[in-house]
Amino acid sequence: MATTTTKTETFVGKRIRRREDPRLITGTATYVEDIQMPGMHYAVILRSPHAAARIRSIDTKKAVSAPGVVCVFTGKDTKGVGAVPCGVAMPDLRVPQHTILATERVYFVGHPVAVVVARDRYLARDAADLIEVDYEVLPAVADPEKALAKGAPAVHPQWPDNVAFTYHQDGGNIDKAFAEADVVVKQRIVSQRLVPMAMETRGVVAEWRGADRQLNLYTSTQIPHLVRTIVAAMLGLEENRMRVIAPEVGGGFGSKLNVYAEEALMGYVSMKIQKPVKWIESRRENFTCTIHGRGHVDYYEVAAKRDGTILGIKLKLIQDVGAYHQLLTPLIPQLSVLMMPGLYNTQNIRGDIIGVFTNCVPTDAYRGAGRPEATHGIERMVDILAAELKMDPAEIRLKNFVTKDKFPYPTATGLMYDSGDYATPLKKALDLVGYVKLRQEQADLRKQGKYMGIGISTYGEICAIGPSPATPAGGWESATVKIEPSGKVTILTGACPHGQGEETTFAQIAADELGVGLDDILVIRGDTAVVQYGIGTFGSRATAVGGTALYYALQDLKAKIKKFGEMLLESDDVSLMIGQVIDNKSGKAKTFQEIAGAAYRALKLPPNTEPGLLATRFWEPPNFTFPFGAHIVVTDIDDETGQIKIRRYVAVDDCGNILNPLIVDGQVHGGVAQGLGQALWEQAVYDDNGQLVTGELTDYAVPRAQMMPWIESHHTCTPSPINPLGVKGVGEAGTIGCSPAVVNSVVDALSPLGVRHLDMPLTPEKIWKVVAKKN
Amino acid sequence: MKINLSINGKSYSQDVEPRLLLIHFLREVAGLTGTHMGCETSLCGACTVELNGKAIKSCTMFAVQANGAEIVTVEGLANNGKLDPVQEAFWNEHGLQCGFCTPGMIMASKQILDRNPSPTEEEVRHGLEGNVCRCTGYQHIVNAVKAAAAGAGK
Amino acid sequence: MIAQKFEYTAPKSLDEALHLLASGAKPLAGGMSLIPMMKLRLAAPEHLVDLRTIKDLNYIREAGGQLHIGATASHYEIESSALLRQKCPLLTETAAAIGDVQVRNMGTIGGSVAHADPAADYPAALQALEAKFVLNGAKSERTVSAADFFVDAFTTTLEPGEILREVIVPIDDARTGTSYQKMVQPASGFAIVGVAVRVRQNARKVSFARIGVTGLSNHAYRATAAEKALEGKTPSANDIQNAAALVAQGVDANSDLHASADYRKHLAAVHAARAIKSAISRIT
Repeated sequence: MATTTTKTETFVGKRIRRREDPRLITGTATYVEDIQMPGMHYAVILRSPHAAARIRSIDTKKAVSAPGVVCVFTGKDTKGVGAVPCGVAMPDLRVPQHTILATERVYFVGHPVAVVVARDRYLARDAADLIEVDYEVLPAVADPEKALAKGAPAVHPQWPDNVAFTYHQDGGNIDKAFAEADVVVKQRIVSQRLVPMAMETRGVVAEWRGADRQLNLYTSTQIPHLVRTIVAAMLGLEENRMRVIAPEVGGGFGSKLNVYAEEALMGYVSMKIQKPVKWIESRRENFTCTIHGRGHVDYYEVAAKRDGTILGIKLKLIQDVGAYHQLLTPLIPQLSVLMMPGLYNTQNIRGDIIGVFTNCVPTDAYRGAGRPEATHGIERMVDILAAELKMDPAEIRLKNFVTKDKFPYPTATGLMYDSGDYATPLKKALDLVGYVKLRQEQADLRKQGKYMGIGISTYGEICAIGPSPATPAGGWESATVKIEPSGKVTILTGACPHGQGEETTFAQIAADELGVGLDDILVIRGDTAVVQYGIGTFGSRATAVGGTALYYALQDLKAKIKKFGEMLLESDDVSLMIGQVIDNKSGKAKTFQEIAGAAYRALKLPPNTEPGLLATRFWEPPNFTFPFGAHIVVTDIDDETGQIKIRRYVAVDDCGNILNPLIVDGQVHGGVAQGLGQALWEQAVYDDNGQLVTGELTDYAVPRAQMMPWIESHHTCTPSPINPLGVKGVGEAGTIGCSPAVVNSVVDALSPLGVRHLDMPLTPEKIWKVVAKKN
Repeated sequence: MKINLSINGKSYSQDVEPRLLLIHFLREVAGLTGTHMGCETSLCGACTVELNGKAIKSCTMFAVQANGAEIVTVEGLANNGKLDPVQEAFWNEHGLQCGFCTPGMIMASKQILDRNPSPTEEEVRHGLEGNVCRCTGYQHIVNAVKAAAAGAGK
Repeated sequence: MIAQKFEYTAPKSLDEALHLLASGAKPLAGGMSLIPMMKLRLAAPEHLVDLRTIKDLNYIREAGGQLHIGATASHYEIESSALLRQKCPLLTETAAAIGDVQVRNMGTIGGSVAHADPAADYPAALQALEAKFVLNGAKSERTVSAADFFVDAFTTTLEPGEILREVIVPIDDARTGTSYQKMVQPASGFAIVGVAVRVRQNARKVSFARIGVTGLSNHAYRATAAEKALEGKTPSANDIQNAAALVAQGVDANSDLHASADYRKHLAAVHAARAIKSAISRIT
């Protein structure tokens, strides 16, 4: 038997600081704006100041002759470029022609009208002011419910009812459930429009190399391969003549899970001027022209028995689409319907969606994408039901949870929950927060006329998106692992992390599988010329799907390494450990370097084995994963000002196995911040004319350090059976769990005043109005 | 207009247009792209640099206003490859995710510690009011600043 | 995010600056309000005169029983001034409540006051302090009280070509307590309302009260009815509530996305009461 085994240092599961950080903390990372090229030109886009208008004429003469300007393009010039596509196919989907520059009409404030190209960005900006556009301003509608009303202005004249699509899903027997109910609770719940506000705005550098017929497109995206496929098609370019690079990406949160007009537009410009061109979105453009999230008006009805058993859930969901469909727009509310039952054991549901065109920027995926809305809805409804039945909100949840013996659990919406133990995180969170004692304190405070609330949210989510049949563009992910001739390891992943830390976690996986150190591994992503086709990073999928592809590629590679080891050691009983192959009988070993040397030199090969050490896997997940957890928020309300103070924030998340607790904590914290942003501060407000009132950071309040509570982050662990890593995904958990816990807490605090529901954001004025009524 | 200034100890003498923003001078004239532009309303702090010892937002200053000034950017913190303790602490404590706000965060954190070597959690949060991070929820950043303070006190 | 072209002068002396301003140039101090507006092209001055380069505009000193603050003293310099902390703590407290660290490092009292943003913090304190502003033109110098200086939103008595050169505030003795209480607009950091209170007590009786209010109306003002309601009293909690309720009386309150007029008025009363209590508690 082997005698030389020493314990290898393992990495999975440890708090390991990130391998991507040195370049980021020294200011040497390369984001799109940091790219410089000889002969670089700069583009500035002129955008519509009106939400709805007919373009009578565009006069670019003065701009064209302005200093430094090379050319100006309008919608007339770009007519040959394909439309910005919607990636979702639905039977009755109305898809307006989404040209990259406006042609006859503009449909929202910020709609691109013309592009100025100059040798200098300052001069390009100056010239944009010289373009004269004659608009005939038309009536606009910015509110989805108003857009559905009779006589509302038609966003697209060909569809006067403003309906963009409808969707219906029935599960079980909803009518019977409601007929048998002891109690039915109803509530209108708004999930307001939000601005994703990644710290790095979008940006594109396009470099056309005419002699090679090659377009290099550097873009701040979560999905470089999909951008390549789609933009190449829009430009009429063969896909293999286009290379898309997502360099360092400064946050996305779904807003860069898209294909934007500007990506094709810059490709067009570079091909026209035969020079590289750069466009960097301003923050104002980011607010007005990059997709928004949420934008729901939900009408819920929940039927239950007197003992709190939920019998059925109905949802009529009005989705504010905006003026166009972006890549996934109509899909997002469908995720909400899929998630309607939450963690609860009810087999009767009915979901109806009406997608509505408005004269606003399109909505699409924003952190959680449909799932925060659904969780907010069901978690609010459960609290409303508990209040109606005078039950404790923890008790009603424990009563209705799908119990852990029921997994895999088929939901009424057609999903199959992979694994779960919903009571455990809730009980843990109740314990951590000291629930019983808090309820006593609350009773005492109420006697003193003080408002303190305890809010519970038990959430589930659909992650590791997803099986290909359930996604518009393929739901698999790819990985290549190579051992270079020197013995070092290179990983190419089709995922495209932009802050999530997979350069570290993927190295941890590979290091443990191969028995090498983290420093022996390099993870490469985000370049279509280097990385095999991939899908990208979104939907809490990179580790669960991309990591699994990597895991299987590693198994293939290990098998091949062993074959070379057997050959070199002349043994049929070898083990792979600590970066070498060991003959279990003699204890002799060959290092990866020696094996790689032999594999690439190829003087002799094992039977039926090709030279080289490389393995590629495209892994198709058999299902989603379904993480879950419980968040409890304790709030104190200042009844004079209406300000909410978060006293405690306890999060118990179950995301399956944890590869790197440091990174998982960071994901939870960041997710909670965005959930809290929606709960308390953030809202994209359009006025009746379709002007975005919250169009800058001066009016759109994102959470800042002093606004955030300390988050007590804990975990339970229920591994996913869907993938060999047992991971589920954690990128969106915080956001999904947070907002209902906060709102439930505040409603709980104000319940002595008869408050049953409040819509987000819970501004101090909103709270004050409630409290003032009583005083 | 001709201006002279020092960036990370290196002197620059350059003719600039008065409207050239300091951040564009740093990024495009000096080639130091670590300082990032995150908004145009002086609210996100991604562009924070140190000007004569004080943290300022370089997107809200014209380069001509910095004539004669000594500027330190994130690129000027590490010394001969040895990270500044604040940089090290951001790394150890996972005080960053996408990294875009990080240079500004680090410069703002340095200002906090320059003025208050052992800040409380609340003082750290207050000191970071001018910097937005959309990824971390700030908790690991707070930990990083506290860790840097504790490390410096050793 | 790119300003229109302009000419820039860094004058060596105040006279040089005033001469340029007389011929139509605009003053630039910390630029915390002006530069964002220029970048968004909401402002497009043709010629900027940088007041920060004039050395003798940046000072905080005591003279003739008063405190003199030069126009380009930064919020941070005021916030961290030992002299002001001891002799005019209301100003240090207010300065510390402005914006954020970077803004306070760069922004100046002269720039902030002259800009007269209706939601700015200083004007509340300066009203309560009955501050005087020294305004200089190329051929003129005059002193205007804070009460007369603020005319409307972004509008003051400054004439074209004039700058605010100095702020003069009184020295408060130990029998005076002060406090600035603010409701922050979470996005911008400006005040939804801010109330600055200055109270003097003689044998527990309020002998003197000054209350400045910002954010509520088109410009900061003194709430004289509330002041009178406090003076001569040894105020009970009820007296404080009643006085505070007067700060917003008769005011045509601002209303926007962040706060309706009614809510602003309510907040003004709440913060006035808090500031009065806090100011009294600080009397040594």
